[in-house]
Amino acid sequence: MPVQVKLPTVLRPFAGGAEKVAVETPGERTVGAVFATLEQQHPALRRRLTDEQGALRRHVNVYLGNDNIRDLDGLETQLPDGCELLVLPSVAGG
Amino acid sequence: MSEAVLLIGTKKGLWIGRSDAERRQWTLDGPHFEMQGIYSVGVDTRGDRPRLFAGGTSEHWGPAVFHSDDLGQSWAEPPEGSIGFPKDAEASLERVWQIQPAPQDQPGVVYAGAQPSSLWKSTDGGVTFELVRGLWDHPHRKDWGAGFGGQAIHTVLPHPTDPDRVSVAMSTGGVYQTADGGQTWSPANHGIKAYFLPDPDPEFGQCVHKLAGHPAVPERLFAQNHHGVYRSDDGGAIWKSIADGLPSDFGFPIVVHPHEPETVYVFPLVADGNRIPTDAKCRVYRSRDAGATWEPLTKGLPDVPSYAPVLRDALCTDAGTPAGVYVGTRDGCVYASADAGDSWTEVARHLPDVLTVRAAVVG
Repeated sequence: MPVQVKLPTVLRPFAGGAEKVAVETPGERTVGAVFATLEQQHPALRRRLTDEQGALRRHVNVYLGNDNIRDLDGLETQLPDGCELLVLPSVAGG
Repeated sequence: MSEAVLLIGTKKGLWIGRSDAERRQWTLDGPHFEMQGIYSVGVDTRGDRPRLFAGGTSEHWGPAVFHSDDLGQSWAEPPEGSIGFPKDAEASLERVWQIQPAPQDQPGVVYAGAQPSSLWKSTDGGVTFELVRGLWDHPHRKDWGAGFGGQAIHTVLPHPTDPDRVSVAMSTGGVYQTADGGQTWSPANHGIKAYFLPDPDPEFGQCVHKLAGHPAVPERLFAQNHHGVYRSDDGGAIWKSIADGLPSDFGFPIVVHPHEPETVYVFPLVADGNRIPTDAKCRVYRSRDAGATWEPLTKGLPDVPSYAPVLRDALCTDAGTPAGVYVGTRDGCVYASADAGDSWTEVARHLPDVLTVRAAVVG
C-alpha cells in the first residue's frame, strides 16, 4: 500500500490540484524515501517541503498520526504500510 | 504602442503597475505570490518580448525564481526549479536578492545574486541558473560576514562591453570583481571605509549596500556604503567619497540616470543608528555632476513628516525618455517621476514594506 501524503491547500497546485498524493517507495519506507520519490512525481512540491540538500524546511511540519516526525526519527522515521503523512505549515512569520 | 510596466516587490507579494509611455497615470494589480517576500524583480527588455522576473521567498516553502512572458499575466518556473545549490556545495538557497539581465550583446545571459553569498549565471534567459563556482570557492568566503539582512550578494553589475568582467557587492564583504568570466575574483574596496571594524581599511569586509554604473562610462562606478557614498573612476580600483553635500552618507540604494552618466540618485537616512529619512522628510537626492553637488527632490513627495526608509533595491530608473525614476518606501508607498526626478506622483500607498522596484518602457 502506498503512503498517502495529505497536502495543505496552498501546496495542492504543485501536485496537480490533488489533496493527497500516493507515494510508493521503491526501497525502505521512510519519510525521506517518500520525499525522494516525490522528486520524481512532483519536483516542485518536493522543493517546497525540503531544501536542495534534502533537509525538511524549518517551518514545514510533517505528522504521522499525531506525532511530528521531528519528534520521531525525522526523515529516517519508518512508516507503516498504507499510512498517511499530513503536511502542515507551522505558525510562523509576521 | 509602447507601454510601461512597474514591478513592486514587497514583503507580502508582488504588485504590477501599468501605464502608457507617458507614465503619468498608473494602474496596479496584485498581489501576486501572496505571502512571499519578493526580494528581487527584473525586466529583460533584450528579446522580442519583455520577460519579467520575480524572486520570491516563502517563509514556509522556500525560495524560487519565476518568469513571465506576458507582462505578469502568468508566471512559470521549470519543473526542476530555476535555481538551487548542487549537492557538493553543501548549502541551501535562502533568498534571491538580485536578478540582473546582462547587456544587449549577451543574449540569454541573466545573473542572480543570492543568500548565502553566491552568484548565479543563466544562459537560457533566466529560466535556469548555475552557480558561479569561482566566487563560491573563493578563500575569503568563510570570512564574509552577515549583515542584518543576511549574508548575500545583493548587487550584480555586468561590465557594459566586456562579458568577462562583472562586479558584485555584498554586505559585510564588499565589492568583488572578475575579469575572466567568473573564474577568479578579487576584492575591490580600496578607499571604502569599514568604520565598524578594528581596521577601517581592510581588503574586504566593507558593507557596501549598492553599486551602480552607466554603460557609456564603463570605468566609473558609484557605491552607497554603510556610511559612505563613493565614486570610482578607474573601474573600482580606488574609491573616493562623494558624500559632501548630502545631509547624510548613510543609505541603501544608489542609481544612475539611464541617459546621463553624471546624474545619480540616493535616498539618505540619518545614520546607522537611526535609519529614518534625514529631517524626517521623504526626499530623493540627485547629483547632476557625478556626486560633486547634490539637490533634494521634493516636488510631489510627501510634505508631512516621514519616517520610512528606502531599501537597497527600492529605487530605480527606467530607460524611457525623459527618464522615469521610482522609489518605494518601507511604509508601502511608491512614488514615480516621469521627468527624471523633477516631480513625483504617488503610485501606491498602504502596501506592505516595499523591498524592490524595477520599471521599463516596453513594446
